[in-house]
Amino acid sequence: MEWLISLAIGVLTASGVYLTLRAYTFPVVMGLTLLAYAVNIFLFSMGRLTVGLPAVIDKTAEVAQYSDPLPQALVLTAIVIAFGMTAFLIVLALKARGELGNDHVDGLDVESESHSNKGVK
Amino acid sequence: MVFAGETLIQGWTWIPAIGLEFAFRLDGLALLFALLILVIGLLIIIYARYYLSKKDSMGRFFAYLLMFMGSMLGIVLSENLIQMVVFWELTSLTSFLLISYWQHRQDARAGARMALIITGGGGLALLAGVLLLGHVVGSYNLTDVLAAGDLIRGHDLYIPILVLVLLGVFTKSAQFPFHFWLPHAMAAPTPVSAYLHSATMVKAGIFLLARFFPVLSGTPEWTWFVGGAGLITLLIGAYTALFQHDIKGLLAYSTISHLGLITLLFGFGTQLAAVAAIFHIINHATFKASLFMVAGIIDHETGTRDMRRINGLLKYMPHTAVLAMIAAAAMAGVPLLNGFLSKEMFFDQALTASNASVWAWAIPILVIIAAVFSVAYSLRFIHDVFFNGEPVDLPKTPHEPPRFMKIPVDLLVVICLAVGIIPMFTVAPILAVAVAGTLQTTPPEYSLAIWHGFNFPLLMSFVALVLGILVYVMRKRLFEWHESGVAHWDARIIFNALLGALGTFASRVTRSFDKGSLQNASVWVIATALLAGFIGFTSVSAPLFGDRELLPVDGVSVLAIAILMIASVLTVVWHQKRLIALVILGVVGLIISLMFVKFSAPDLALTQLSVEIVTVILLLLALYFLPQTTPNETSDLRVSRDIVIALLSGVGVTLLTMAVLTRDFVPISEFFLLNSVPGGGGTNVVNVILVDFRGTDTLGEIAVLALAGLGIYAMLQGMKLHAPDKDSGGRLWNSDLHPEIMQTLTRLLLPLMLMIAIYIFLRGHNLPGGGFIAGLIASVALIVQYLSNGIAWTNDRLKFDMHWVIGFGLLIATTTGLVAMGLGYPFMTTAFTYLNWPVVGKFEVASAIAFDLGVFLVVVGATVMSLVELGKLSNQSHLSKNIEKSKAQLKSQQEAN
Repeated sequence: MEWLISLAIGVLTASGVYLTLRAYTFPVVMGLTLLAYAVNIFLFSMGRLTVGLPAVIDKTAEVAQYSDPLPQALVLTAIVIAFGMTAFLIVLALKARGELGNDHVDGLDVESESHSNKGVK
Repeated sequence: MVFAGETLIQGWTWIPAIGLEFAFRLDGLALLFALLILVIGLLIIIYARYYLSKKDSMGRFFAYLLMFMGSMLGIVLSENLIQMVVFWELTSLTSFLLISYWQHRQDARAGARMALIITGGGGLALLAGVLLLGHVVGSYNLTDVLAAGDLIRGHDLYIPILVLVLLGVFTKSAQFPFHFWLPHAMAAPTPVSAYLHSATMVKAGIFLLARFFPVLSGTPEWTWFVGGAGLITLLIGAYTALFQHDIKGLLAYSTISHLGLITLLFGFGTQLAAVAAIFHIINHATFKASLFMVAGIIDHETGTRDMRRINGLLKYMPHTAVLAMIAAAAMAGVPLLNGFLSKEMFFDQALTASNASVWAWAIPILVIIAAVFSVAYSLRFIHDVFFNGEPVDLPKTPHEPPRFMKIPVDLLVVICLAVGIIPMFTVAPILAVAVAGTLQTTPPEYSLAIWHGFNFPLLMSFVALVLGILVYVMRKRLFEWHESGVAHWDARIIFNALLGALGTFASRVTRSFDKGSLQNASVWVIATALLAGFIGFTSVSAPLFGDRELLPVDGVSVLAIAILMIASVLTVVWHQKRLIALVILGVVGLIISLMFVKFSAPDLALTQLSVEIVTVILLLLALYFLPQTTPNETSDLRVSRDIVIALLSGVGVTLLTMAVLTRDFVPISEFFLLNSVPGGGGTNVVNVILVDFRGTDTLGEIAVLALAGLGIYAMLQGMKLHAPDKDSGGRLWNSDLHPEIMQTLTRLLLPLMLMIAIYIFLRGHNLPGGGFIAGLIASVALIVQYLSNGIAWTNDRLKFDMHWVIGFGLLIATTTGLVAMGLGYPFMTTAFTYLNWPVVGKFEVASAIAFDLGVFLVVVGATVMSLVELGKLSNQSHLSKNIEKSKAQLKSQQEAN
C-alpha cells in the first residue's frame, strides 16, 4: 500500500511539475493544483498510513490507537489555503489577459500570434 | 539623582534568548544629550512653525521631526546595545524623510538618498561591531560592556570591533572620508539642518565615541584611526567652508570641521581631552544651531542663500545681525564666548599631544591652520552678509522676521554668552556629570576659568585670530586659486559612479539568473530542489528504505489509485484541450478525497470534496474568458527538458515518501490526543487542534484566505474582458438561460444545504466537521444558487455584502482570542462548560466555537466573493456592446484554426 501511495504522489508531482513549466497560464494553474494535491498527500502520509482507526476520541471505551490528528489538522488548512491560492492565481491570470491581451505567463505571446483570440482591449 | 552620580536603569525583557532587552539608562552623558535633544528640539519646533510656508504640510513635517526626536532620544538613553542600533537606524530613516521633505526638488531627493545610503551603511557596520562586542563581553547591556574595557582591548577581535564601530561613527558624524553627504543634505528645510546637522544626528556618532570611550580608547589604533580622521576632517572642513557661496554650505562644512575637532579630541585619548570634547559638543550645538536658524531667517526673508548677492543686511535686520555676529564670534573662538573656552582647552590638548611622538609636533601647527580658516569663514559669514555694500538683485526686500523666529535664536545666543562669561555658574554642573558619565570614573581636575594667564593656548588663539583676519583680507587671490583647481573636486562624482557601477553589477547578476521569464525562474527553483534532494539522498549512508511493516494491498485501492494516476497523466497529455483537462483534474481531486476516507481522515475527506467542487467551478468560470486550447510549444528541446525534470521530480518524491513511510516514528500528537477532551472539551482532535491548540495559526490562515478574497475583488474591479460569441464549433458561447428544473430544485435545496452546513458546524468539535468544512458547504449552497438563478436574481435576495462577512469573521475570531487575554490568560486560550438544555439535554459550550464561527464566516465570505465576482464579470461581458469586434475576432480565430 505504501508503494501505491508513494507512486501516486510521484505521478502527481511529475504531472504537476511538467504543467507548471508550461508557457500559458491555465496549464500552470492546473499544474500548481496537482502539485498542491501531491504536497497535501505527502504531508498527510507523514503521520504514516493507517486503515480503519478511529479519528474521534471515544470517551466510553479505551482505544489503543487513533489516527494521527496533527498531519490532518495541518493538511486541512493546507487544502483551504491551496484553494485560496488557486483562486488568486487564476484571477491574476485573467487580469494579465485583460491587461496584456494574451495568456502567456510572461505576457509576451511570441509563440502563437495567430492562435489566440487576442487584442481584446 | 543623576547629579548625585547615580545611573538609572529601567528594563524589560524582550527576547531573552538572544540577549535582547528593552532597557533604558540615564547617566550624565545620556542626560546631557537628552537635554540638548529636547531643548534645542523645542526651539526648533517653535522656529519651524514660522519658517514653513503655507504650501508645506505642517503635519507631515512635525510628524517626521518628532519621530526623529524620539529615535534620537532612544539612541542616547539605550541601555541595550542592539536596541540602540535599532534607534540608530531609525534616525537614518527619519532623517531621510526630513531631508527629502521638499519631495519635488531633485537635489533634496538626491541628498536624502546619499545621506541614507552612507549613514544606513554605517549603521550596518555598527550593528556588526555591536554584535561582535556582545559576543566578546557576553552581554549586550551597556553596564556590562562598560565594565569590560580591559577584556575588549585585549581581545583578538578588538581591531574588527573598533573598525566596525568607527565606520558607524564616521558615517554618521560626517568624518573624512564620508563627510561629503552632509553638504548635500543641506537641501533640507533649514530647521532640519539646524536640528539634525548641528545639534543631534551628526552628534550621534560623537555620542558613540563618548559612550565607548572607556571601552575602546587608550590604544595606538584608537589614536591613529580616531585622531587621524578627526584631524583630516577638521582641516578639510575648515578650508572648504571658506569658499562656499551658499550660507548653509559654509555652515555645513564648518560643522564638518567642528565635528572633526571633537573627534580629534577623543582621538587624543586622554581624560582631559574627553572633557574638552564634551564641552565643545555643548558649545557647538548652541552656536551652530543659532547660526543655522539665522541662515534660515536670511533665506526666508531674502529668498536666496548666495552670499555674493546677500550683502549689507545690517540695516534691514539689525536684531538678527547682532545675534549672528555673537554666534559667529563664538564659532571663531573670540574671548568671552563659549567657543573660546573649549577652543582654549583644545589648543592645550593639542600641545600636550605634540609631546607624544616625533611627528606629533605637526599637530599644533595643523590645528592652528584649521583655527585660522575657522576665523576666516566666521568673518566671511558676518562681513559678506551684513556689511560689504548693498544687496544684489534680491527676490524679496529683506526685513526682520516674525518675533517667534528670533526668540529661539535669542535664547541660544544668551546661552553662548552666559557660558562664555560665567562658565562656573552655568555649564559646570552638567558638564561635570556628563564627563563622569563618559569616563565612568571620577573626572580629572580641570578649570573652566576665562583667564589662565599668558600661556601657549592663549597665544595660539591670538595667532589664529590675527592670521584669520589676514586670510580673509587676502581672500580674492585665495578664491581665484581655489576656483582654478580644488573647487572641482567633488566626492559626489565618485559616490555616484560607485553607486552606478553597483547598480549595473547587481542588475547583471540578476539578469544572468532571472531572464524575466516565469518558465525560466520555475526551472531554476525546481532544478535547485532536485539538486538539494540529490545531495540529500547521496550524502547519507543509511539504507534507503526502513523495515516498517507495510500495509496489505487490496483490489479497490489499486483500482482507485490506478484511476488517480491515469487521470493525472491524462491531465498532462490533454492539457492543451483545457476543458477536458479540467474535468479530468476533478477526477483526481475526488479520488484524493476517497483516499482520505480510506486512511481514517474523515475531516480531510469532507474538506477535499467541498474544495474540489468549488475549485472546478472557479476554473470553469475562468475558462469562460481564456482561450479553450493551449498552442503547441515551439521548441521540442524545451518539452523534452521539462519531461526529464518532471520525471526526475516524480522519482525523487516517490523515493522520499517511501523512505519515510517504511520507517517507524514517534508521533508528537500524543499530547493532543490526551488533552483534547480534558483541555479542549472536544473529541474531534483535528478540530480541537485547529480552533484551540493551534488557534493562532488558524487565525493567520483565515487572514490569508480573507486577503486572497479581497485581492481577487480588487483585481477584478474595473476589469473588462470579452468572451467570444461562439466556440470553435460554431455553437453559441453563452446561450443557455437558467434551466428551470435546476432553478426549482436548487431553491428547494438551499435550506436543506444550509441546514447541513449548520449541523456540520455545530458537531465539529466532537465529530468530523467544523468551521472550514461547514463554510465550504455553505459556500457551495450559495454558489449553486448563483449558478442556477443568475447573479442578479440571487443578489436581490441575498443582501449580504461579502466584505462584511469576511470582516466580521476575522473580528469574531480575533475577539475570541482577545477576550482570553482580557481575562488574564494567554491569547487564544479557550474555555468550555456543559449546559443542561431542557429538550436537547446536556450540551457542551466551548468558547472555541465562537472562533470556529469566525473561521466559518471568513471561508464563506472569501469563497463566495471570489466566485461571484468572477461570475459578475461574465455577466458584464455577456451584455457587452462590443459584438462587432468580437465577430471580427471570431473570424480571425476560425481562419487560424
